[in-house]
Amino acid sequence: MNQIKTKADLMAAYEAAKGKLALRLAAGSIDSKKKDIVCCGGTGCHASNSQELMANLREEIKKAGLENDVRVIQSGCFGFCAQGPIVKIMPDNVFYVQVTPEDAKEIVEKHVVGHEVVERLLYVEPTLKEKIHDYAKMPFYAKQERIALRNCGLIEAENLEEYIANEGYQGLAKALTEMKPMDVVQEVLDSGICGRGGAGFPTGLKWKIAAGVKADEKYIVCNADEGDPGAFMDRSIMEGDPSSVVEAMAIGAYAIGAQKGLVYIRAEYPLAVSRLQMAIDQARACGLLGKNILGTDFCFDIEIKLGAGAFVCGEETALIHSMEGQRGEPTTKPPFPANIGGGYWGCSTNVNNVETYASIPVIMRKGAAWYSKIGNWVTERDENGHWVKTVSGNAGTKVFALAGQVNNVGLVEVPMGTTLREIIYEIGGGISGGREFKAVQTGGPSGGCITKENLDTPIDYGSLMKIGSMMGSGGMIVLSDKDCMPAMAKFYLGFTKDESCGKCTPCRIGTRRMLEMLEKICDGKGTEEMLVELEDLANTIRDTALCGLGQTAPNPILSTLRYFKDEYIAHVRDKKCPAGTCTKLFKLTITDKCKGCTKCARNCPVGAITGKIKERHVIDQQKCIKCGACIDNCPFKAIVKE
Amino acid sequence: MSDTNTTAPEGNGTACCGCKKFSSAAEAKFAELDAFIETLGLDPADERRRGRLIQILHRAQHIFGYLPREVQQHVAEKMAIPESAVSGVVSFYNYFTTKPKGKHVINVCLGTACYVKGSEGVLRELERVLGIEADTNPTPDGLFSLGSLRCVGACGLAPVMLVDDKVYGKITPAAAVKVVNEIKAKEAQA
Repeated sequence: MNQIKTKADLMAAYEAAKGKLALRLAAGSIDSKKKDIVCCGGTGCHASNSQELMANLREEIKKAGLENDVRVIQSGCFGFCAQGPIVKIMPDNVFYVQVTPEDAKEIVEKHVVGHEVVERLLYVEPTLKEKIHDYAKMPFYAKQERIALRNCGLIEAENLEEYIANEGYQGLAKALTEMKPMDVVQEVLDSGICGRGGAGFPTGLKWKIAAGVKADEKYIVCNADEGDPGAFMDRSIMEGDPSSVVEAMAIGAYAIGAQKGLVYIRAEYPLAVSRLQMAIDQARACGLLGKNILGTDFCFDIEIKLGAGAFVCGEETALIHSMEGQRGEPTTKPPFPANIGGGYWGCSTNVNNVETYASIPVIMRKGAAWYSKIGNWVTERDENGHWVKTVSGNAGTKVFALAGQVNNVGLVEVPMGTTLREIIYEIGGGISGGREFKAVQTGGPSGGCITKENLDTPIDYGSLMKIGSMMGSGGMIVLSDKDCMPAMAKFYLGFTKDESCGKCTPCRIGTRRMLEMLEKICDGKGTEEMLVELEDLANTIRDTALCGLGQTAPNPILSTLRYFKDEYIAHVRDKKCPAGTCTKLFKLTITDKCKGCTKCARNCPVGAITGKIKERHVIDQQKCIKCGACIDNCPFKAIVKE
Repeated sequence: MSDTNTTAPEGNGTACCGCKKFSSAAEAKFAELDAFIETLGLDPADERRRGRLIQILHRAQHIFGYLPREVQQHVAEKMAIPESAVSGVVSFYNYFTTKPKGKHVINVCLGTACYVKGSEGVLRELERVLGIEADTNPTPDGLFSLGSLRCVGACGLAPVMLVDDKVYGKITPAAAVKVVNEIKAKEAQA
């Protein structure tokens, strides 16, 4: 790639590269001779053999002699992970799911050469049971507005030219050549974007505070320590569009007056680390990082710092300590990282999350006025009970990782103000396996659950807080009637107990005590007094812990106690688990529906089932581990939990 | 977090009072680590040299497979920082381990998305079949270690199991056991 020394160089590179995306941005027909075959190269699809698939596709295309007309592109994540590997053929707008390496031959022969759709690989819409021929008509994508994920699934993830082809680095160019640092801060402030890592603090305000500190040495940090189990938007952005993070950090550095950027990233994300390093190296090689960027006085470079597996390092003071090579323990604020003495090596430091950064280049390019109109409203009842739209103050979009008992598992980006019902039932395609919706858990181990009654709540920071949950980093776990709520609370407490850094007593000891109580409750050894004690302790920890981890650790308990008290009562009073998941509270027995087919005995992993052929079988309760394999295998529904 | 018990690197012979009589295999590993530390150009007068500690420990664990006390001592010496500081960091972070691992490392994801799809059952079944508890010592034959981790970000494929670096998605207890048996069979042939 040529050196990019001025804004004119950048625009020339853009003009030269623009054509690369032409096929992917146009809507054409299957008869088109030229095609781009876009394959997902994210972690999820890699795990489902997408690399082998791409190699096979390239090979088949070569065999057909079409190398000059058909390209195979390794893109970032499409977000539709459960259906991976994904293949999208453009300009045909055909979307294939669960494609195996063996399917490459048929795709090339039938679709590319024969101009005919391979019906069996099309996505079947779960609610309508219909095959979807046109990508644009997939309900999963129709309701989404992709800003932070704009390049994921579009551009070649490892190619800076393609990033530039989709107007990349033009936001930085505009900031550096047309705006003063304070104008950049104001633009971000006016856009209304808030921290997408979970806390929801206005990004522009954070930048304004950092910019106001007079110091020679300042740092800008990207928090890529995505620790919330079940959330993977940051990983997808870094894997699919790493250059947007690099560009945004440069914009932020210019705004606050930092010379150096640091990305603190989880070691568990090797692919994201390598793609981000690639994006940094490519930017440096052509002059977009380094000295006198785009012919201005602005000098800036970025270094990657690896984390080592500690959830608490998502807290900014803990993150800074970890980057300094210390134990990742938080400290009380103030001083805030932006203050002198509070940041990296005591220097003024600004920390933002990956998803926040990913939206910044677009905000720069299209302006605050454009961004602040997106999603900046909620529907509420006025004093007369009429539904009215009001400004929420939460602008933009948010990416959610939709997982759990829902048909379409994946990453979705929606405008603020979208309701949970729209996300779960329209984008998510409803509850899987014909089960009944019970709750949706947002905010991960710091959040709470939301019940059926609140499904029409618009999603924004304030509305979710009001109903006892929080936005968090965007994990959204859908739970059905087969999920036990006290067990879910126990699961989250197990996590926070493990991840408590041990510095403050309420968190170190409190999370352990709460977990012990939940274990007793789930084992049928709880009492009704214990529930009172548990709630009391939870409130105390919330009020007294040092950092966000401890303060929010009781949330899963408080919220399940608030909405699912009856399930707790069933556990402690009746010693029953209504969802049938707490293994100590039920036993498996074989009823007289048993025909003696022996299937259960053959499938029991511990040999607990005995019986003669054509005679009723019995389960040895001493041996039974309650795994449920017998229930799944019984053709006569003769095995019951009681 | 992780336990501070340490075991000497395999084939070391005895590592006495710091005079380091290691086997040639271990020596080569230390030399590789030293060469890496050299490239960082640490300045003993600069207090910020400590910022490289986690990076160096990552490399050391990559080379040795784990971080026994000898390696921690060595790193402390090379960086001119107290051994307690190194040990404090090693014991704090989940990623670092002071125990050797089996030849094949199996990890079951216990992140939320995997948990609600039944990954705990997969872990229990593997514990039963391998006869070891998760996150403890490897199997007596040294073939397998079993661990749990919190989210690899492949939630779309939940529940997920990792064997060495390969991700197995939508895994069931039976499928997990099948993978283990396949590895066992392969190892028996080799």
